[in-house]
Amino acid sequence: MFKHEFFEKNSIFLTIGILVVVAIGGIVEIAPLYWLKSTIEEVKGMRPYSPLELAGRNIYIREGCYVCHSQQIRSLRDEVERYGHYSLAAESMYDHPFQWGSKRTGPDLARVGGRYSDEWHVAHMIDPRSIVPESIMPGYPFLAENKLSYEDIQGHLKANRTVGVPYTDEMIENAIADLEAQANPDEGDIDALQERYPKAVARVFDGDERRITELDALIAYLQMLGTLVEFDSFDAAANSR
Amino acid sequence: MSDKREIDPVTGQETTGHEWDGIRELDTPMPRWWLWTFYATIAWSVAYMIAMPAIPLVSDYTKGVLGYSQRESVRMDIAEAREAQSGLRSRIEEASLEEILDVADLREFAVAGGQSAFAVNCSQCHGSGGAGAPGYPNLNDDAWVWGGSLERIHEIIRVGIRSEHPDTLFNEMPAFLKDELLPRDQVDDVVEYVLAISGQDHEVESADRGRGVFLEQCAACHMESGKGDRELGAPNLTDAIWLYGGDRESIWNTVADPRNGVMPNWDDKLDPVTRKQLAIYVHQLGGGE
Repeated sequence: MFKHEFFEKNSIFLTIGILVVVAIGGIVEIAPLYWLKSTIEEVKGMRPYSPLELAGRNIYIREGCYVCHSQQIRSLRDEVERYGHYSLAAESMYDHPFQWGSKRTGPDLARVGGRYSDEWHVAHMIDPRSIVPESIMPGYPFLAENKLSYEDIQGHLKANRTVGVPYTDEMIENAIADLEAQANPDEGDIDALQERYPKAVARVFDGDERRITELDALIAYLQMLGTLVEFDSFDAAANSR
Repeated sequence: MSDKREIDPVTGQETTGHEWDGIRELDTPMPRWWLWTFYATIAWSVAYMIAMPAIPLVSDYTKGVLGYSQRESVRMDIAEAREAQSGLRSRIEEASLEEILDVADLREFAVAGGQSAFAVNCSQCHGSGGAGAPGYPNLNDDAWVWGGSLERIHEIIRVGIRSEHPDTLFNEMPAFLKDELLPRDQVDDVVEYVLAISGQDHEVESADRGRGVFLEQCAACHMESGKGDRELGAPNLTDAIWLYGGDRESIWNTVADPRNGVMPNWDDKLDPVTRKQLAIYVHQLGGGE
């Protein structure tokens, strides 16, 4: 029989013992999520981010938007009344990394898509207080000036595929064309884009058709947030948790 | 370390038998209250696992005898809140806008509900107090681009302006310079004229020339007087209230390449009761007619 004295006198075994005990808690909580069918709901409408949206998402993360904005509407009445349907696990299954959280210095953005016009977003990004005087958000005027760097967008799609996002070879091959088409619909093949990414909205998001800016990508990303899942066909009773 | 347990002569307590350089450790038992609290938490966790969703199985998990579901619970919370308001809500649904204004409790409920709906859906553009921002009209004053009657406000909320709704209110100011409808010097002149009729400093000669241009190009919507036409959604140009700014440069930009801003429609996003509440709320902000 092991005596406690054994662990006290052999620190390496004490360390291993601690790791084993702590790991049990983690395994019990985390491991079942990988096999339980109820972890991710079955929904219609989810698709990987289009290249332009993915580029926008990268800017969102680069600028640290997540420090103040969460993307997780919790199943509480006040949140559902304010932001809309509570977030589903399926809605962030292609997120690497996810944007969940509950720290809301700014409002939750899980369903911000379609809530405001592009013009509103442009004005708000350049100077938030020009339209929301009480806002404490910093301005990001440089996004409108910075040309979007997207030569490496195929690499971003590939990296996401490596961690499980179902990007096809065709999507990766056409990433640059798709990105340019979504930001400037007059000069690209929108049908092909929407074939690959249903419901992808193609517009000149920042109001300047002459070039693709970081603001184009960010607004494209914000305008699609929370708009993909078809809630008409969502079976809430079957997915009660 | 020795394993000899012995009784400490001072306290009468047994020692653990461990000894370091002559220092020994008392084996004082844990307080009873602490121990029982600890046992109680263990019992609680077992009861909790039986009562609540807890144990992962092969493809599903135990639902617990109480069958608690957070998602079901929020659905019930919302249904309950709707139910509590259903009396007033159904009366608002049936009443005309004027009737709501006349009945004290309906009016009060409509203003309160409209205020929260405004904060969630409208304040981001029109400001939390409805004071507006450049490009987004002030809803507190008497200057209405498309009219300020209760019916009109209600209609604008429903169909929007230049929105995607089939019945949307719509007009489009031409881009006089961008689309080459007027040469640059005539744009300059008509801007001087607008400065003149709005009582601002202007170049008299240029404004005189601009008057002709105005009557020919602008008066169809903004009227000969420049006072505008709410049916057409043409703003009054003779007052000091401007949607996109009233200084020389702002007016020039508008004539050259107008924004034709969009108000979204709320027909499919808000229910009829909420839209009525919003109309009542906006109407009583100060400018309602």
